[in-house]
Amino acid sequence: MKRLALAALLSLSLGAFAQDKTDFAIAIKDHKFSPDRIEVPAGKKVKLVVDNQDATPEEFESHSMKVEKVIPGKSKATIFIGPLKAGEYKFVGEFNEKTAKGVIVAK
Amino acid sequence: MFGTALIVFREVLEAALIVGIVAAATTGIPGRTRYIAGGLAAGLLGSILVAFGAEKISQLAEGMGQELFNASILGIAVVMLAWHNIWMSVHGRELAASAKQLGRDVVSGAREMSVVLVVIAVAVLREGSETVLFLYGVAISGDASQGAMIAGGAIGLVGGVAVGWFLFKGLLRIPLRHFFTATSVLVLLLAAGMAAQAARFLIQANMLPSLASPLWDTSGVVDNSSLLGKVLQGLLGYDAQPSGMQMIFFVAVFAAILMGMGWARKRAAAPAPARATPATT
Repeated sequence: MKRLALAALLSLSLGAFAQDKTDFAIAIKDHKFSPDRIEVPAGKKVKLVVDNQDATPEEFESHSMKVEKVIPGKSKATIFIGPLKAGEYKFVGEFNEKTAKGVIVAK
Repeated sequence: MFGTALIVFREVLEAALIVGIVAAATTGIPGRTRYIAGGLAAGLLGSILVAFGAEKISQLAEGMGQELFNASILGIAVVMLAWHNIWMSVHGRELAASAKQLGRDVVSGAREMSVVLVVIAVAVLREGSETVLFLYGVAISGDASQGAMIAGGAIGLVGGVAVGWFLFKGLLRIPLRHFFTATSVLVLLLAAGMAAQAARFLIQANMLPSLASPLWDTSGVVDNSSLLGKVLQGLLGYDAQPSGMQMIFFVAVFAAILMGMGWARKRAAAPAPARATPATT
């Protein structure tokens, strides 16, 4: 029993160590996200810094992640998402939905 | 052009639904058209100011200015709608009874209408500033020709306004006996839905925990990005994947307004023998 608890504790702290990163950056250029696929830890609040390098404003939007934020041209915005359950979450730039698409994968 | 029309339509739709409901809910109050027009004008002017101050607003509160701004204007709308519904729960029937008799209770009528002005201004402001920013973006990107952009924006605007207009006209067809119940239920849901949206912005700003998120997922049935989802969201505060915190806000505001309405009606009826009307209508 004791050993089991210890093992559980160890794996938990190891898990926490492996998924330490909670800050992520995405750039918008020519109405496209880069990277357009990001892996984030599941079950944790994650900070996303979106750098809009275009001159035009964009709206970062995701219904599944419950995010909606206008990012003026040539500026950065911080967005907090999650904690997310494991799975894939799509996001779009609403002002340029045809090209500005991406997905966040929570693991 | 079609893309522009669609986005403008989606933005205008939400504001148009709110204006449609509020316009119907205030039928019979003298001078109402003036106040609604005033609210629209203030909202449009505000939209342009907010759109061009977007960058400044974004930088406030350590980059969370936009979230706080949105949550605040939604909060204002919730308080105003709550006040409206509580006021109407006492005066609505009285207004209908004396629909032709202008000037009755003018003082509180005017106060009520300034509330309506604020609600409409705030609704237009929120959706309008995004539309202005979007159109500005299209204009400076040079993707579409100027003419196509204006045409697309106009089509979207007319479409959105038309939906609000049909909702308004549809509500007016409801027989008088059910009319106040129908409009106050709609306003109640509108306010509760807005409170849930405000919660969402505070979660996004990392100021509130999301709690269980999502509580459920009906995006396979009606997705929030679909047209039906958008309409349901505007009317009932529908969210396909609500978080626990949003649910708490929705239920708390819903219950608080309902209790306020019951209390106001009881107080108004106090001198007379207890009325048979249940407080839950």
